[in-house]
Amino acid sequence: MFGLAKQLAEIGVLGLNRRNAEYTLKYNKRRLYPLVDDKLCTKQLAEEARMAVPELYGVVEAAYQIRHLPEVLKQHTDFVIKPARGSGGEGILAISGRLKEMYRQTNGALMSQEELNHHILNVLSGIYSLGGQPDKVLIESLVRFDPLFEEVSYQGVPDIRIIVFLGIPTMAMVRLPTRMSGGKANLHQGAIGAGIDIGTGKTLMAVWRNDIVEEHPDTGNKIAGLKIPGWETLLELAARCYDLTGLGYQGVDIVLDKGKGPLILELNARPGLNIQIANRAGLLPRLKLVEKNHKKLASVAERVSFAKEHVSTLS
Amino acid sequence: MHLFILVLGLTAGGSGLFLYKALVLNFPLIPRARTNLWNVEARVTFIARNRPVKVSLYLPRNSKRLVIMDENFISRGYGLTTTNQTQDGNRQAVWSKRKARGQQSLYYSSVVRQAEVKEPVARLKPPDTEFPKFEGPYLEAAESLIAEIREQSADLDSLVAELMKRLNKPQPDSNVALLIGKQALPAKKVEVAVRVLSHAGIPGRVVQGIRLVQQKRDAPLLQWLEVHHGNVWKSYDPVTGEAGVSDDYLAWWRGTDPMGNIKGGNKLRIEIAVSLNQEAAISSAIERGRIVSPFFVDFSLFSLPIQTQAVYRVLLLVPVGAFLLVVFRNVIGVKTFGTFMPILIALAFRETQLLWGIVLFSLVVALGLSIRFYLDRLKLILAPRLGSVLIVVVLLMASLSVVTHHLGLERGLSVALFPMVILTMTIERMSIVWEERGASEALQQGAGSLVIAAIAYLIMTVSYVEHLAFVFPELLLVLLAGTLLLGRYTGYRLLELHRFKALVKEQP
Repeated sequence: MFGLAKQLAEIGVLGLNRRNAEYTLKYNKRRLYPLVDDKLCTKQLAEEARMAVPELYGVVEAAYQIRHLPEVLKQHTDFVIKPARGSGGEGILAISGRLKEMYRQTNGALMSQEELNHHILNVLSGIYSLGGQPDKVLIESLVRFDPLFEEVSYQGVPDIRIIVFLGIPTMAMVRLPTRMSGGKANLHQGAIGAGIDIGTGKTLMAVWRNDIVEEHPDTGNKIAGLKIPGWETLLELAARCYDLTGLGYQGVDIVLDKGKGPLILELNARPGLNIQIANRAGLLPRLKLVEKNHKKLASVAERVSFAKEHVSTLS
Repeated sequence: MHLFILVLGLTAGGSGLFLYKALVLNFPLIPRARTNLWNVEARVTFIARNRPVKVSLYLPRNSKRLVIMDENFISRGYGLTTTNQTQDGNRQAVWSKRKARGQQSLYYSSVVRQAEVKEPVARLKPPDTEFPKFEGPYLEAAESLIAEIREQSADLDSLVAELMKRLNKPQPDSNVALLIGKQALPAKKVEVAVRVLSHAGIPGRVVQGIRLVQQKRDAPLLQWLEVHHGNVWKSYDPVTGEAGVSDDYLAWWRGTDPMGNIKGGNKLRIEIAVSLNQEAAISSAIERGRIVSPFFVDFSLFSLPIQTQAVYRVLLLVPVGAFLLVVFRNVIGVKTFGTFMPILIALAFRETQLLWGIVLFSLVVALGLSIRFYLDRLKLILAPRLGSVLIVVVLLMASLSVVTHHLGLERGLSVALFPMVILTMTIERMSIVWEERGASEALQQGAGSLVIAAIAYLIMTVSYVEHLAFVFPELLLVLLAGTLLLGRYTGYRLLELHRFKALVKEQP
């Protein structure tokens, strides 16, 4: 048991206690948390900074606004309904089109206006929010995700998680939904995690439920070696999130839109540690390297090039 | 660094106070330990002759091992004065009355406890020997006896031992027989020993006292020998001549004077009675504490009313549970509802006992949870939803009690004491986790909470732990120090090792 702990320490695997004590507690000021816990807030910040996010169509803050909903939705054929404080992709409804009076979800199921209203009411009452607090509903544009990952995901939206430490991208992975994860990009619900080489933007080996896999279990396609287009842009986007929120240690979730390129989906002030499993590497050596050097790196471009050159060469 | 100093300070303060209370004040480390204490009573009777009466009586004094407390004098109509330091270094009570007639009875009573008190035994100068010098044949006998025992001894201890051996022989030699005289009473032998030693230039004195036994009316006086050596008085057993004094020996007064004296009366009779009386060690420790350092007792939990004390007996266990929870969460990595919910559940178990508590808990939570899910379909907002769950939980508990009562299970009634707020909150939390993270996560956290609650309950109900927390609340400072240290624990959690195992396997 101690041997195992020692081996993990040698690799530099970051544990939860250490993440809390030495990273989130130290670098993330408590008062900044609301900026990322409320997605509406994050979105507004990002829009002010002219960073790419899915376009906001509307916000529902109270039950009476539901009456006006059909008028708002009439202008859009496709959209996403999501709770502002939801976590782990819960409570998200993606509508891709209409059939007469019905809405068609991305998974093909049809939904009446009444059912949609019901869902929004549920979100408002706080079913999906942390701690059951009353919530808001965001209506935003549907991401038409890049065909790059089409071969290796089962429904849902694959997203890219980048850990940004003091403005420098330190580790990245792509999360691919599976049948088991119910189309959600959540590792502990059964999604596949594949590490991404920071330097090249190429996917590494994939991990599915603690096992290494070569192919996607549902589609049977090879996962490793996919090159993410515009990787540099992604890194820049992620690095800028530090200036956006001021959170020293954060997880940036990005999706690739077919037309608009990379969009910031959400930010996380307490990013999980599974990314280390997906990358088959510990975070600690990279975090320490960044701690040592970040003061010299002022601009976004400098930080990104530092990440590409130095962070990626560590393993 | 700052933290380390704080932790060190807390640990030192907490354990220092603990050690002081445990070792010096003798606060018992084990619950319900009992110590011995004796009721000692001296009954003084005499016949007064219708004249002014004055009766004196020597009183016992604290020794290193025995503490005298709760002294009482029963003496109707008599004036009483006590002196703590008579000329010969004894304590004495003097009763006096202008006019008394006929049979009179006066009482002195006290309670004697065993203790390790650091009260300095009065440092007396070696007294001028109170005995007349040996003369004539006695002088010769004494001198030859001294010469003999000097010859056969190396130091004071062996000298005294040798002397007492000779004095106690069934057939003493002629010198000894001459010195002791016809009446070979133990008291006489000790007196002779003191005289002989004084003659040899070693000051000594006779100690008069009694043996503290189970029960004795008219307890006989027992003499002990004390020798002044190197600025302190050393005690010697008058029979064996061994150094030291037996634990149950209560010294009453020093010298060969009678225990009491009377002026203006006659037929003075003094009778000492002893009886053993056991009591909880804790209260005697408190009593001792009052004497040795009143501050600690006056400002401790024992100064509170009994009901309040009972509350703190439970409350002081919460930190123990909290510490346990911190260990389970941060070192082992068990998932629980909320941070301190398991401790609250453990406290609730105290009302119901463990097994029945778990059954009741699971039952009420399961029922409450299904009702919560039903309420969910009505789309209620937070506060009314919580309120409804609370009402339903109360109703559930009431019906459970009625049902179990009719089934003849008296245990069911204790559910009424089960803190319902804890149940309501658990149900609420569980349902939230259920929806956000799925059933398996909710059940995992529920099971984790229940397991920790059970362990916390088992530890918190160990009477030893309860006793330590209540009698030595300063130990909580040590616990606090430990918790603070855990706050900087950045190592892996036990369950994380399992989680990251895949990382190790592949590394060369």
